[in-house]
Amino acid sequence: MITIRHISKSFGKLKALNNISLQLDPGECIALIGPNGCGKTTLIKSILAMVLPDEGSIFFDGKDIRNDNLYRARIGYMPQIGRYPENMTIGQVIDMVAGIRSSSALPDMELYEEFGISRLLDKRMRTLSGGTTQKVSATLAFMFRPQVLILDEPTAGLDPLAAGILKDKIIKSGQEGCLTLITSHLLSELEDLITQLIFMQDGSLVLHKDVEELKNLTGQDTVAKSVLQLLKSGEIGVEL
Amino acid sequence: MPGILKYIALDILKNKIVIAYTIMLALFSWSAFGLEDNASKGALTVLNIVLLTVPLVSVLFTTIYVYNSNEFIELLVSHPVKRSMIWKSLFAGLSASLVLAYLLGAGIPLVLFTDPGTAAVMLISGSFLSVIFAALAFLAAVLTRDKAKGIGVSIMLWLYFALLFDGLVLFLFFQFSDYPVEKLVVMLSALSPIDLSRILVLLHLDVSAMMGYTGAIFKTYFGSAWGLLMSFCLLLLWIWIPFSLSLRKFIKKDL
Repeated sequence: MITIRHISKSFGKLKALNNISLQLDPGECIALIGPNGCGKTTLIKSILAMVLPDEGSIFFDGKDIRNDNLYRARIGYMPQIGRYPENMTIGQVIDMVAGIRSSSALPDMELYEEFGISRLLDKRMRTLSGGTTQKVSATLAFMFRPQVLILDEPTAGLDPLAAGILKDKIIKSGQEGCLTLITSHLLSELEDLITQLIFMQDGSLVLHKDVEELKNLTGQDTVAKSVLQLLKSGEIGVEL
Repeated sequence: MPGILKYIALDILKNKIVIAYTIMLALFSWSAFGLEDNASKGALTVLNIVLLTVPLVSVLFTTIYVYNSNEFIELLVSHPVKRSMIWKSLFAGLSASLVLAYLLGAGIPLVLFTDPGTAAVMLISGSFLSVIFAALAFLAAVLTRDKAKGIGVSIMLWLYFALLFDGLVLFLFFQFSDYPVEKLVVMLSALSPIDLSRILVLLHLDVSAMMGYTGAIFKTYFGSAWGLLMSFCLLLLWIWIPFSLSLRKFIKKDL
């Protein structure tokens, strides 16, 4: 569904992405992990064309995303830190995004109801706590029934209850055939969600494997332990 | 575009600075016409105020507004909207509100107190100045990531066009006064939108004699219909060039 071919991106001297190629297929739930500053967010932003790669191209359903913007109608994006116009209310933000998307399909109101957004519609974005902002981001990401979900640290800042609701929703979307890309620092949290794992380091792709394959390879029963073992044995560097 | 424009317009309307700017322009203009017994003198006073304040407020307000719209822009780019559309909508919203503020503040007294021709030239050149300096502000805002730096660049731009440029032209003029530099001075004035507007209005007020013998040359260049058209084209270029440069830069910007 998404094909990434040899993309590189530098910010000044820092090489944020170094010749990355990936093939992401529908129905997969992919964890994107790696140490801080390894280029996860840059990769995600490149897929959304918020960051434009210096080299290489990205294809969405076989179409180059450069000079195209309509493909983003099929992506739901939840940023790490949602930044919204401070003077707008939650209701206005939702209305505006709905107006831009102008999709004919009935909006998915599940998270909207479960997070109780309707009670907060008149609140201005600047008065919201970090967690509430995340709830708004999550609601917006799922609302327009996207075929691809891109979630950057989705559960950071959410209370356990809200995190649970979001997790259930992610699983449900995956079952409906949604391609999901999640970054997170807490591997244990992703344990029962993911089907594939991508590990990045210093802007390079180190590992892209099925979770089952990975567990078999390392002989461990959880993803977290498998990754830990690979890290310890230094195998991740060799895996290339 | 209408969808985005609606929210930008709502946001600017809520902004008290534009309202304060309108009231300030109205106060200045009404009192200028009230103090001077001659409408032509009043128009001159208004012209001087307009040439200083309109560019300053336009360039500063727009720069700050564009920086504050960062979140808004970030929210929109992850959705199916063309980047150029976002930038154009922002520009349209800001320009329209600045022009509206100018027309309401300074326009009403101008129409009431001066003859239609002068009022029209003043209204048009003031509106042009608002949009031109909004375009320059867009360029300043897209070139620097840092807000303080961007505002600094904007103030420098205003300082240059409103004060320094005049001094430079005057300096050149005196240095080379032994040579026939009139044509050169006319051409140089095209390099500053404020000077272009000033000359346009002064010619209409028939006080070009105040500018010495170059006034006659200005008259042959700007007074005729052809010169008028030419100077409006130049003012249009002053909008188009900075804005299209900023647009090209914005489309390639990493957010």
